[in-house]
Amino acid sequence: MKTSNEWIKNGSIQALLVLNALLMLYPLLVMVLSAFKTNAEIFSSPFALPHSFSTANLQKVWDQTNFIRYMLNSFGVTLASIALILVFGTMAAYAIARYEFKLGGAVLMFFISGMTVPLKLAIIPLFIQLDALHLVDTYAGLILVYVAMGLPSAVFILTGFLRTLPRELEESARIDGASELLIMLRIMLPLARPAMVIVAIQNAVPIWNDFFFPLILITSDDLKTLPQGLTVFIGEFTTDWGVMFTGLTLAALPITLLYIVLSKQFIAGITQGAVK
Amino acid sequence: MSSVQIRNVSKSYAQTSIIKDITVDIPDGEFVILVGPSGCGKSTLLRMIAGLEDITAGEIEIGNNVINDVAPKARDIAMVFQNYALYPHMTIRENMEFALSLKKVPKPQIDTKVMRAAEILGLKDLLTRYPRQLSGGQRQRVAMGRAIVRDPKVFLFDEPLSNLDAKLRVQMRAEIKALHQRLKTTTVYVTHDQVEAMTMADRIVVMRSGVVEQTGTPLELYDDPVNIFVAQFIGSPAMNVLEGEIKDGAFETSDGIRLAMPASNAVDGQKISYGIRPEHIRLSDQGVAGTIHVVEPTGASTEVIVQAGAQQIALTAHERLISRPGQQVRLAIDTAKVCLFDADGLRLRG
Repeated sequence: MKTSNEWIKNGSIQALLVLNALLMLYPLLVMVLSAFKTNAEIFSSPFALPHSFSTANLQKVWDQTNFIRYMLNSFGVTLASIALILVFGTMAAYAIARYEFKLGGAVLMFFISGMTVPLKLAIIPLFIQLDALHLVDTYAGLILVYVAMGLPSAVFILTGFLRTLPRELEESARIDGASELLIMLRIMLPLARPAMVIVAIQNAVPIWNDFFFPLILITSDDLKTLPQGLTVFIGEFTTDWGVMFTGLTLAALPITLLYIVLSKQFIAGITQGAVK
Repeated sequence: MSSVQIRNVSKSYAQTSIIKDITVDIPDGEFVILVGPSGCGKSTLLRMIAGLEDITAGEIEIGNNVINDVAPKARDIAMVFQNYALYPHMTIRENMEFALSLKKVPKPQIDTKVMRAAEILGLKDLLTRYPRQLSGGQRQRVAMGRAIVRDPKVFLFDEPLSNLDAKLRVQMRAEIKALHQRLKTTTVYVTHDQVEAMTMADRIVVMRSGVVEQTGTPLELYDDPVNIFVAQFIGSPAMNVLEGEIKDGAFETSDGIRLAMPASNAVDGQKISYGIRPEHIRLSDQGVAGTIHVVEPTGASTEVIVQAGAQQIALTAHERLISRPGQQVRLAIDTAKVCLFDADGLRLRG
């Protein structure tokens, strides 16, 4: 009796998860399949398999846009932003978590308060400020905005994590003769890697996909990121959806791969503290 | 190797005083154990020697140099923590090499030292493993290995055995003692377990509430405690202590148990405590009458708890006793071994 009950319970949980997975994967599947269709085909049979897996759309993306340029721009901006968020985020979080100083709590609150600011509402003053600094239409302007956006949650996550690491490790290293910098770099940060992976992924996805800030801040075609660059196919009167989907598929590929590679660490990171 | 001098050392956090004017002199090569109930300040004192806590007042010397303001790494000490504090992302070899490589010791020399330590501790086959792949006892050994390779002036141990199971603890106890006999490095060891203190120490420092109650060799503390706290803290089962007063030259409790006294300068009518260790009481034909309450045979000896009036008196017998609960017995006390304490708990001497 008990086992059949368990079967039903486990079975329904599994069914729910499978359903959820289908819901998540179906739009992606449509996107990938549509990438091989012509505009007419997409509208006549939106859910069917494509007639042929032709690379015509791919050719168009290649010919009509600066695709490689956009891709490289997206890579550059995302990597630089993540690198800066991790460097500054861990430094701030480490100080807050591992050292006692008077305004430690206040500094943490300052960072956390950043999470409450809807940055997009402040776009006009932000634009004016960046313009005054001659940072509009530069990589640096875009990167700075992303770093500012990512730091609060990064500091929040990393502080929480670094606080859980045992004090004795630090003390032992100090007795062993390590300087404060060495303790941070060689003892504490390697142990904080799961948290750093979370911060990296959690920021990389929205930055990679971001359409809003490049749209406002970037005007030169050479500096455009992928999501912005792909708007070339959205015409005033007609939109070439097939080509659009091909572009989107290509754009989604790197971040999907990154996620798969890091997912093990990511899961380890979010379940940390739950088990122990 | 070096001596350690702790001179009038105090420690307080804001208004709370943790350690009050402690002076302890540890000669070169001695194995000293700081023991006391939790919260007595023993760990804090150890951490002050290590440089992990500031010294509020007083001085600590290692090898005749005052180290109050010397950074931990420059004190030339090695510490073994309760939770071992092994670096989880480094192999055992890397863990042991860490301090030496920071000191820029040449690689061949590091290898020699690590191999020697690994040999002493039986870790040779584990050098490429990670701490998480080791058992508790092995981790404990690695923590000691990490200390040994540095050839420090002083070893500091902070309750290193309390995370181990009972059997392993006994084994590691012997290993640490053997290690000290081999290396002869000055050692300060903190524990709350008086058995550990008794079995391992050259000298024990008994602490309570930030104060040193008594310092001495294990047997000095056992045979000649200066107060009731030390008398009851050292020894297992603990010393029996009966409350009462002196009447007509003998000790009498409120429920009428009358016991002979050793020579002392206590006077009639004075309230005193009468302390006698369990092994100095025998079952006999005469003496205090009582009823056997519990019998605990351990094989080597038998512990018996006897109810006499309102008092429970423990005794240890090394011969096999045929006794059972409820049996009427009489207790003979070896008067010469009795310790008397005054109303403040201080020892009354003859």
